Amino acid sequence: MADAKNSTVNKAYISFVSEISPRTNERRSLFNAFAVGGFICVIGQFLRYILQFMFSLEGDELAGAVSMILIFLSAFLTGIGVYDRIGKYAGGGSIVPITGFANSVVAPAMEFKSEGFVYGLAAKMFIIAGPIIVFGVVSSVAVGLIYYIAGLF
Amino acid sequence: MGKHTIWFHSRPSIVSTYSVAGKKEGDGPIGSVFDRILSDDYFGEKTFEKAECKMLSTAIENVIKKSGYDKSDIDALISGDLLNQIVSASFAARDFNIPYIGIYNACSTVTEGLALGATIVDGGYMSDVVVATGSHFSTAERQYRYPLEFGSVRPPQSQWTVTGSGAAIISSRGDGPSITAATFGKVVDYGVSDANNMGAAMAPAAMDTLITHFTETGRTPDYYDLIVTGDLGALGSRILKHIISQNGYDISEKHVDCGEVIYNIDEEEYQGGSGAGCSTIVFCSYIYGKLKKRELNKVLFLATGALLSTVTTQQGETIPCISHAVAVEND
Repeated sequence: MADAKNSTVNKAYISFVSEISPRTNERRSLFNAFAVGGFICVIGQFLRYILQFMFSLEGDELAGAVSMILIFLSAFLTGIGVYDRIGKYAGGGSIVPITGFANSVVAPAMEFKSEGFVYGLAAKMFIIAGPIIVFGVVSSVAVGLIYYIAGLF
Repeated sequence: MGKHTIWFHSRPSIVSTYSVAGKKEGDGPIGSVFDRILSDDYFGEKTFEKAECKMLSTAIENVIKKSGYDKSDIDALISGDLLNQIVSASFAARDFNIPYIGIYNACSTVTEGLALGATIVDGGYMSDVVVATGSHFSTAERQYRYPLEFGSVRPPQSQWTVTGSGAAIISSRGDGPSITAATFGKVVDYGVSDANNMGAAMAPAAMDTLITHFTETGRTPDYYDLIVTGDLGALGSRILKHIISQNGYDISEKHVDCGEVIYNIDEEEYQGGSGAGCSTIVFCSYIYGKLKKRELNKVLFLATGALLSTVTTQQGETIPCISHAVAVEND
């Protein structure tokens, strides 16, 4: 069926479609992502100062506590249906920080609760975050190996 | 008579229709003509799947009531939806003691159903048939895309699945606009693989069926008062008008797309509505109402469907599409 003539028609059609289809406004998306992502980081830094100077935490404890608060805030905002609205506006700006990771775990957990706690909520919880964890672990192993091999010389 | 087109000589009529729409659809430009508008998307149920099923049974139940027929008069229920294994349609059919013919052609299920129903009634095998289809934004979203609360960005060429369902009764007796002809579409694939750009994928299927219909019936776009496509959306409609004009047909004066009229197009829906419910609720309320009032007399209704699944998309397949057309006319 896919003769030569047909495929040239298709090529013409595909290029027509990509010509006429609206494009994402990259400048605006980048700016929004930068502004919102940056704002989330500012909140993180603010929390860090508060915990450091008012509760005298430091080192790993300090980093852990900041992350925990941000994860909680994101999970809470996801639960009350606000985080996806931020995401629509901010794009990568709200996906890349740790809050985006929390959102990607909480959202499917809420959604699939209707299929039960084990096969729904628990099993589907990582459908979005799963690949991030897999590639995170793989790349950390790779970096570890490079680090080890480099140390031999 | 052509190869793909059937004439219905006994002119089976659509005696009544009923539409159930979600809240967002109810707020849209044609919100006032729906028979029932939900106040929340759960429709009093625990899950969205149950709500979708309940919308379908509400539509079926009420279309029978509205027609004045008895449930026992109905010879068959032809129904379908978008979910895997067409569960909503089948589960809704469980509540009715009526033979059930489950069908799937994605968003073009409604015209497939109307064409099949008219064929069965015109053939004299059955006298009263209910055709019902529906879809739900929240169930479709999680089957085809991401969880609702996940903060993702929709690309600007995307469409919004309609929450709603509609039903119509095709009958060999009684009054109403008749289905005079149907053109069954063939599967068309022009190689679009972007599952967010359904309009572009489906436009060639609509064009193919339209041209087949015009050639086989000898009719021209001028014959009809309105040519209604299912859910090409704003972008798909523009593409259809462009590519069909290259083939020598000008439909720009006559064409309306259900996906384009159902929402106040703002940023969120981008190109408009889609889904098995989209064309159904527009036809079963707005278009049918206009036909009844004789403000429209000759309508060509062709819903378009993208026959993909999430698996085929992930495997990088292109999107095969289909469109079936029915001609609905007043006597």
